[in-house]
Amino acid sequence: MSGYAFAVASCIGLVAFLVVLLRTRRLREKYAIIWIVVGLGTLVLSAFPRTMGALAKAVGVQTPSNLLFAVALIILLLVCIQLSVEITSLEEETRTLVEEVAMLRFDVERVTQDVAAGAGGPRSAGGAPGGPNER
Amino acid sequence: MGTQGTPSLLVILPAWNEQEALPGVLDELHAALPDADFLVVNDGSTDSTARVARRGSTMVLDLPLNLGVGGAMRAGFKFASRKGYDVAVQVDADGQHDPADVQRLVDALAAEQADVVIGARFAGRGRYVVRGPRKWAMAVLSFVLSRIAATRLTDTTSGFRASNKRAIELFAAEYPAEYLGDTVESLVIACRAGLRVRQVGIEMRPRAGGTPSHSPVKAAVFLGRALLALLIAVSRPMSKGAKEMSP
Repeated sequence: MSGYAFAVASCIGLVAFLVVLLRTRRLREKYAIIWIVVGLGTLVLSAFPRTMGALAKAVGVQTPSNLLFAVALIILLLVCIQLSVEITSLEEETRTLVEEVAMLRFDVERVTQDVAAGAGGPRSAGGAPGGPNER
Repeated sequence: MGTQGTPSLLVILPAWNEQEALPGVLDELHAALPDADFLVVNDGSTDSTARVARRGSTMVLDLPLNLGVGGAMRAGFKFASRKGYDVAVQVDADGQHDPADVQRLVDALAAEQADVVIGARFAGRGRYVVRGPRKWAMAVLSFVLSRIAATRLTDTTSGFRASNKRAIELFAAEYPAEYLGDTVESLVIACRAGLRVRQVGIEMRPRAGGTPSHSPVKAAVFLGRALLALLIAVSRPMSKGAKEMSP
């Protein structure tokens, strides 16, 4: 088995794995797309290794493999940044949910107390005893 | 509890694992401010903070996760905003702040026509001292923020502040959870939204436990992070909510 055939096989395996993850909804399309592009790109390069040499010559890199490494590093960097951005927005969403849960818990406790005290009438339906002028 | 005419006051205490200090602090506050409402924001404590906070009429907002002071305070401001309070005062749950100063801060809101009043150490009163690199770091922060706020601010990292309704609405929408976001960045947000920030000198009482660190490395890290937070806060594009507020 030549090195290129091995590369082609791994790329096909990678893309197939991604498709399986997508089909079982364990990976969302917006994260999968970049990996599929990378997988297919690598597939083309390993099927036609001379493309890499031509590309390297076109951008002025002497050793084709160095161009490959540089591009791979940049892509990984961008993916890491994308993940950090996604985590940040997840944290913000978590924060908002935590606030809502805490406030709902507060209201539920108040209402439960009112009901237990036998005052569970229209007053507790206001939901906010304790506040001076509920809007 | 605020009757018509007098502004309703909510004292917000962000508390994280403060079961020892909290009951005493609450009792003192209730005694000093009989007309105010009290809200303890239990910031995901692992001890019995939530249980000891339920004293008398104290309300408790029980966060299921630890969000940090900034996160706890935004929850508190949201609460104040939804329940329609006129003034919210943030007080530390560890008893460093004198309950008697709360009323002074609230009075200063009206007297100085300010939207945010900071209870500042090093403003004439009290004997609170910081030395060495940490002092320089705080001096740099004070200098820059005084420029932004167009008033003299000596203690920008103070966690003792009063906010009026305008400030409550702003902070309920955006109160940063980042490091130093609850102090430095929130001031920048307030200033950029056109709110008036003023300060009142306060006296600090000794903490229940622990002393502020004087290690130069820690101070340098503090200054670096503070300046980064400041730089980003100042250069950040204004959000829609804050823009609508600014004149």
